[in-house]
Amino acid sequence: MSTGVGARPALTWAVHLSVLFLVAIWTIPTLGILVSSFRDKDQIVVSGWWTSFFPTEQNIVARAAPPEEAVEQDGQWVITGNVFEGGSGTVSAFGTSIQRPKEFEPGTTAETRDGQTITVQKNGDYVITYPEQPEGRRGERLFVTTLEPPKFTLANYNTVLFSEGIGQSFINTLTVTIPATVIPILIAAYAAYALSWMRFPGRALLLATVVGLLVVPLQMALIPLLRLYNGVGIGKSFIGIWLAHTGFGLPLAIYLLRNYIAGLPREIIESARVDGATDFDIFRKIILPLSFPALASFAIFQFLWVWNDLLVATVFLGNNEEQLVLTGRLRELLGSRGGNWEILSTSAFVAIVVPIIVFFALQRYLVRGLLAGSVKGG
Amino acid sequence: MAVTQATAAPSAIGSGLVSALSTIAVTLVVMAAGLAASIVLAVLAYALIMAILPDSKLLGAVIVMFLGVAACFGYFWSANKLLDTFYPARGANIAANLTKANAIRPWLFLGPAIIVLGLYLVYPVFNSVVLSFHGPTGQEWVGTYNYRWLAQDPAFRESMRNNILWLIVVPAAATFFGLIAAALTDRIAWGNIAKSLIFMPMAISFVGASVIWKFIYDYRPEGAEQIGLLNAIVTAFGGAPQAWLTVPFWNNFFLMVVLIWIQTGFAMVILSAALRGIPEETIEAAVIDGASPFQIFYKIKVPQIWGTIAVVWTTITILVLKVFDIVLAMTNGQWGTQVLANYMFDWMFRGLDFGRASTIALVIMIMVVPIMIWNIREVRKDVR
Repeated sequence: MSTGVGARPALTWAVHLSVLFLVAIWTIPTLGILVSSFRDKDQIVVSGWWTSFFPTEQNIVARAAPPEEAVEQDGQWVITGNVFEGGSGTVSAFGTSIQRPKEFEPGTTAETRDGQTITVQKNGDYVITYPEQPEGRRGERLFVTTLEPPKFTLANYNTVLFSEGIGQSFINTLTVTIPATVIPILIAAYAAYALSWMRFPGRALLLATVVGLLVVPLQMALIPLLRLYNGVGIGKSFIGIWLAHTGFGLPLAIYLLRNYIAGLPREIIESARVDGATDFDIFRKIILPLSFPALASFAIFQFLWVWNDLLVATVFLGNNEEQLVLTGRLRELLGSRGGNWEILSTSAFVAIVVPIIVFFALQRYLVRGLLAGSVKGG
Repeated sequence: MAVTQATAAPSAIGSGLVSALSTIAVTLVVMAAGLAASIVLAVLAYALIMAILPDSKLLGAVIVMFLGVAACFGYFWSANKLLDTFYPARGANIAANLTKANAIRPWLFLGPAIIVLGLYLVYPVFNSVVLSFHGPTGQEWVGTYNYRWLAQDPAFRESMRNNILWLIVVPAAATFFGLIAAALTDRIAWGNIAKSLIFMPMAISFVGASVIWKFIYDYRPEGAEQIGLLNAIVTAFGGAPQAWLTVPFWNNFFLMVVLIWIQTGFAMVILSAALRGIPEETIEAAVIDGASPFQIFYKIKVPQIWGTIAVVWTTITILVLKVFDIVLAMTNGQWGTQVLANYMFDWMFRGLDFGRASTIALVIMIMVVPIMIWNIREVRKDVR
């Protein structure tokens, strides 16, 4: 495939750089959410997530101890203390007036007009000396520029999982997803076997119908089914949403599995028949094990689709605390917590982490399924 | 012993109306019995387990999941068993029994699929047509009122305009970037890792992606530290920060970026496979003739994968017609970003007008019909 490229180093470099550029665009947005979810919630709003790996510069105003606490030492009155008041940090500069907060390096001594000297060390320790006993209750203001080390925390996950309801939604999503993935596979596998290896009138018509139904927009089905569910009394239940996802996933499932099962070698099935195996046995003992790759492909599709679905869940499952799925919760948070990026980014990451793991672990099958479904003309 | 189905099916169907009707009757009875048996068993098991075990939400969910799947499997098993007891493959009229059983069995296997497809996809199409001639609650007949309303509704026109924009931009951009990514990653050693990473957004939900991109588009007033990446870049180059999602007309494109970002990986994977399937000889011939890499790509490779490009294009087109989550989560159709699917959802849930919502859904349906017909024709060509 590298025809003609090897000879031109400049072109090779251009290819490498372009791919790097593409990869950057395609990963950085997700990285932003991931990094932000681990950041301190006060830092998220004051600096971009890309700065979080470096210490951040902050200007703080500290107030020294009040002059009445000064003690006499060698004929001078001295106040000592620490600008961080028990915390920690690194002072990169300090100043004595608000106009020039970075006037002095840490460790140097600043002298004011009335003969005071002020020294602030790197670790925040300060010493103020007065030529005479000072008076007053309010301490000197010290303008300090500090370098805050990068701060990462798991606090956001704690909040989101246990008090924002994401934990419950996670369970709901799982409850919806697993049966909604397994049931269509079972139903579709039997149907696909019948469509490829059993003879009956109307087979071609049925297959054409399935292909036609592949593209029917979901939106068509919502209102009629909602009315039907309310009429029958299923209402908003897990059974209802499993069946809905089964229905919407079935055309693709049948189509993918039929393509695969019809391509299995005829001899195996014929010889099993000659040996007296019934269709049920053939299906269970030969077809199912052999079509594992196709089953896995569809399973991943359906899993990703159901896990990530918002529309079907919004319509067929309630919007209450008990039933809200992850995507629904995320949308709700976008509305109610629009500016709280620590909540949003963490929730988003919780919602996308499972599909991403599944995706990377089973990518092989996903790609195979995509190719089977698309290159062959669907 | 082994009666092949080729001879079995015609004889069962061909032996008169009475036998055909009885076959259908037996099929329905067996199907219903199998279905009933598995559902009753599942419900009983659920009641029993719930009575014994402590009340726990998580446990309840697991049991319901398990029983739901078990009931499904139970149907196939019990229906098949029932058919075998009805027409046993032994005894005096074994041949007739086998013939009948073989005529019925495909329908037992297909039964659930046909019922589910019919109920969840075919029935709604017809029902939507009926509903579109009815009022908000779907009860009173209003004739063509909904269609006349739609024709003069400014929000519908806006949605149509935006949908057309989406239909032009998203498939084109996703296919284009996918093709570029496929062509480039095939040439380098770490191409597979790059592919994985570009493909990854496929696994992210539309809502998740919306959160991700909303963070990129985040806006702070001028002078404040920008925490959105886009505005940070703009201000770093001396520009003024923008509230991107409210910029009229162009905000549509900022929403499209999300879908393009998700779909490029899909296009890349399929086009990359197609590129690899190109016969080496055609490329070698071009190299010998002194073609540059760009010429080889545009004049030799791309023309050979037009078919696949068309498939990718149509697949993304269908997806675009249904796009809903991104608009709902990012702007909810404000600032001139409405699209049909979200508009339909709006009338369904907030407008509570099933008649109008059904009419909008039908418009989406009509837009996919050409692709549907094309698909069916392609597959029939393939099967033949």
